Amino acid sequence: MRVLHHPILGDAPAARAVTIHVDGRPVQALEGEMIASALTAAGIKRFRTTSRGRDPRGIFCAIGRCTDCVMEVNGRPNVRTCVTPVEAGMTVNTQVGLGVWK
Amino acid sequence: MKTELAVIGGGPAGLCAAIEAAQRGVEVTLVDENQRAGGQLFKQIHRFFGSEEHLAGVRGLTIGEMLLEDARKYGVKVALNTVAWGLFSDRQIGVTAPDGVDTLEPQKVVVATGAIENSLSFPGWTLPNVMGAGAAQTMVNVHRVLPGQRVLIVGSGNVGLIVAYQLLQAGAEVTAVVEALPGISGYQVHASKIVRMGVPILCRHTILRALGTECVQKAEIARVDERFNPVPGSERLLDVDLICIAVGLRPLAELCHMAGVRFEYYPALGGHVPLHDSTMQTTLPGVYVAGDVSGIEEASSAMEEGRLAGIAVSVALGKVDPQAGAKDLAEAGRRLRALRLGPYGDDRHEAKEKIVQSCGQGAR
Repeated sequence: MRVLHHPILGDAPAARAVTIHVDGRPVQALEGEMIASALTAAGIKRFRTTSRGRDPRGIFCAIGRCTDCVMEVNGRPNVRTCVTPVEAGMTVNTQVGLGVWK
Repeated sequence: MKTELAVIGGGPAGLCAAIEAAQRGVEVTLVDENQRAGGQLFKQIHRFFGSEEHLAGVRGLTIGEMLLEDARKYGVKVALNTVAWGLFSDRQIGVTAPDGVDTLEPQKVVVATGAIENSLSFPGWTLPNVMGAGAAQTMVNVHRVLPGQRVLIVGSGNVGLIVAYQLLQAGAEVTAVVEALPGISGYQVHASKIVRMGVPILCRHTILRALGTECVQKAEIARVDERFNPVPGSERLLDVDLICIAVGLRPLAELCHMAGVRFEYYPALGGHVPLHDSTMQTTLPGVYVAGDVSGIEEASSAMEEGRLAGIAVSVALGKVDPQAGAKDLAEAGRRLRALRLGPYGDDRHEAKEKIVQSCGQGAR
């Protein structure tokens, strides 16, 4: 859920709405926001699954340190979605294990 | 690339070091891996403490803007999206910038890389929506998205209490704060704010497990005895969809390790910390530290430590008269001391004194 109004920060700054493709589905995002933010706003919490147990993983540190939130972005695996900005038309896929290059 | 001073990390400590040095005529290059400098200041939307000279009453994000403005004013070269991945004993720094890999060859280095949140492992802790309290704070205050609606906070230190309040401000419900110790760890003023808003702070309680399939759906908590063992029969399930772990931070000091700086263990400062003297110079000549990397405190002390390092570098490079430099160092030292007074500061002050003492012993 987006925080549109905030008692200290005021209203959310205007940003251009763009579409990204998450596991083949269109998702509305804001240009320049982090991929992890766009997915959180869209209610998506599982970003990848682990190699052996296929256990779900999501955001953990949100500042680019822990690599728990990595996904396949535009065909490239292991992209830290919490520090990678959204671009219009981006392809974002749930990563399985170490992911695949496309 | 050659530079007089390289500052690694653009948070409160790094910015203050850069500003102090630059305004004394030092050529400063500051590298930061993020898109914007400011470190964690822009998620600190609360008013700071201290006295007027520590900018008490000003919100962290405003202080961030002020520091960025000063850095611009004094001509600090800020290299953003630039990761410092190596610090070598000859002070060379390996960096990866957007246009490729480079080596910085500074005369002096200030390492101001900050801290990372500790975690706690319990069954289910790897589920999506179990995250650091700082992570939730970043999502809400910087990215303006709420990762959950009903929140359990684990840990009642200042980070846990402040993040609880800020999640409430953003419209979430905070179901409880659990604290394994018998008393609240953070400042009473932060605790009171959330208690007034109806948030229970459950001392002598801990989390047993997080439940859910794809993400958090419930949390099980229980009372603990004097030895921190869960009391059978006291378990209860909380209907939460976000669990924030606020159990402290530790210095992000890999670069100092790599360069060969000597470390010692200080629990009051978050663990293994690089030894430094009273001007923040480490056991490696020309390598300084400032802020959380040199021991976990808060942003106000990080700024003063940064100032100490920036002034000391200016003196060492011959940019200022040593006597004027000594006076400025003493002033910054006095302001820093004022932030380490009282029951919350004594342990940190004593640990820092020991660090300075240890640093002076043995060959550099």
